[in-house]
Amino acid sequence: MRLIAEKRENSSRLFRFSAPFVSVLIALFVAGFLLIFAGVNPGEAYVEIFREALGSSYGLSETLVKTTPLIFAGLGVSLAFRMQIWNIGAEGQIYMGAMGASWVALFSGIQNHWIMLAAMFSAAFCCGGLWAGVAGFLRAKWRVNEVIITLLMNYIAILWVDYLVYGPWKDPKGFNFPLTAQFSDAARFSEYFDTRLHSGFFLALFCALLIYLFMERTIWGYEIKVIGSNPKAAQYAGMKTGMAIFLVLFLSGAIAGIAGFSEVAGLQHRLQHGISPGYGYTAIIIAWLAKRSALGVVIVSFLMGVLLVGGDSLQISWQLPVAFVYAFQGLILFFLLASDFFIQYRVRLKGGRANG
Amino acid sequence: MVEILLDATVRAGTPILFATLGAIINERAGIINLGIEGLMLIGALAGFAATSLSGSLLIGVIAAFVAALLAGSVHGFITVQLRGNQIVSGLALTMFGIGITALFGRSMVGLTIAGFERLTIPGLSMIPVIGKPFFNQDALIYLSFVLVFAIAFFFYRTRWGLALRTVGENPAAADTCGVPVNLYRFLAVSIGSGIVGIGGAYLSLASTPMWIENMSAGRGWIAVALVIFASWSSYRALAGAYLFGGITAMQLRFQAMGTTISAHILQMLPYIFTILVLVISTVRLAKGASQQPESLGQPYDREDRK
Repeated sequence: MRLIAEKRENSSRLFRFSAPFVSVLIALFVAGFLLIFAGVNPGEAYVEIFREALGSSYGLSETLVKTTPLIFAGLGVSLAFRMQIWNIGAEGQIYMGAMGASWVALFSGIQNHWIMLAAMFSAAFCCGGLWAGVAGFLRAKWRVNEVIITLLMNYIAILWVDYLVYGPWKDPKGFNFPLTAQFSDAARFSEYFDTRLHSGFFLALFCALLIYLFMERTIWGYEIKVIGSNPKAAQYAGMKTGMAIFLVLFLSGAIAGIAGFSEVAGLQHRLQHGISPGYGYTAIIIAWLAKRSALGVVIVSFLMGVLLVGGDSLQISWQLPVAFVYAFQGLILFFLLASDFFIQYRVRLKGGRANG
Repeated sequence: MVEILLDATVRAGTPILFATLGAIINERAGIINLGIEGLMLIGALAGFAATSLSGSLLIGVIAAFVAALLAGSVHGFITVQLRGNQIVSGLALTMFGIGITALFGRSMVGLTIAGFERLTIPGLSMIPVIGKPFFNQDALIYLSFVLVFAIAFFFYRTRWGLALRTVGENPAAADTCGVPVNLYRFLAVSIGSGIVGIGGAYLSLASTPMWIENMSAGRGWIAVALVIFASWSSYRALAGAYLFGGITAMQLRFQAMGTTISAHILQMLPYIFTILVLVISTVRLAKGASQQPESLGQPYDREDRK
């Protein structure tokens, strides 16, 4: 007797649709054991996550606050995924976007609210885009591995922002904390319902709609999909794959950069050390879980927002490290990959001799 | 002065050397492993915890090897048996490693142990200039020398090494010859991951004998890039790892000398340098000198027709 895997003729749609949710559930189950080992009651912890993140209007607003940068970064990463390009550098692109927006906010002296926001947006867009564009250029020109380049550039971007906020941009009145002076009112988003929920959230939803239209209703979106699924065919069809790789990575980074703009304009109102606690890495999971849809990115970002808000409260009440959320996210990905296998293959016990 | 710099070079390069060697074994079998960063952390924590509980450095190193081997075997199972996406699975492993070590490392923060001490090799350590930096070091550094030669010997002088290389180049051909492709791949991923774990243990048992959350600080990613620089050869991995050790040593030296350059800028150097090296080696590989295993990154399914 032995186990064999055979390809399914066609996979069940129900199975395909439910796989991400089942993966999250199994990951919750396995993470429960890790929590027990760490001396935390998983049942209580999970109840707390959902109560904190969804149980009150304040909790819900905090969840949406965390959902906002995740949507931008998730959209950016998933755009590149469509073309089979791996942008693992959303974290660094968020930092560079935040830096660009802060540069405008601190030093441009623009008084008008809308001109200021437009200028900050453009700076963040360009900084994030160019940061990812380096990897795009290298990949398009010499096929340099974009996974490693985008990832290594995260470290450089974070160190660069640290250099600024510990050095030349440090607020002289900031009691030596690593942060810049506060932005003027012109450089801030409106906030709503007496919570920290800010215009960035609605900008993120709008951005998701634009990406959806771009991918589904324009020739460029179509080209991206073709190059992603069959680069040879794309080349025969006369598509400029090299240029497309550069542009897609640029756009991918630019959208992640907007997350940085939204964080400094809507939430922090200044540039400071550690402005993103890993949103760019969570974005990779979001993009993978959401498969191919911009709407999926919004939904999964919200799920991850719940997890992050809940994780923050676990940190306070159980002294769990914030990074624990990464372990959980890793588990989700493992189970998602495993479920992909069971979608494609049927496992059967085959009788008889092993050589049969 | 040169001796001091060389000494610091070897010590800073050794964790990266172990990680690069482990990654090479993975990739020679055709499996990309982007979990190196997470595996280093798992090795670092397991090694430190086992040593501080048992008081034995040897047990610490074994624990690091076993813990990283087990974690790596998850990547192996998903990418080999389940034919899952290697990039996603590797990233998942890194995230899992960062998270799990942060969780279980809480109780280890602030503890200290007696780390590895220097063992002078008589005779060899008397060689001028290079004697002290290479032969007045700790046992793990000597282990890394042995591994460099052992891995090269394994790949080019044994049947199993030949089979493993074939599995990475052309799994269908290996399969035809009766080589159990999936078993070879799974074992290569697991054992390679274990070796990466020893690199992590070097950080927590020798470099700074303590546990610090996220103490690998991107070295795992530098190792992934170095595999390409090394064109999948263990000798060149040694050169690459020491090149990076050298950059790190010089950067630390600058800081110690009280330079006016910001520490943050200096800390960027190894990453910037890695990017430059990766670009140069990729361009060089593209000019026909490619050593990249032919089927790197592709799952093997006997039923697939190519």
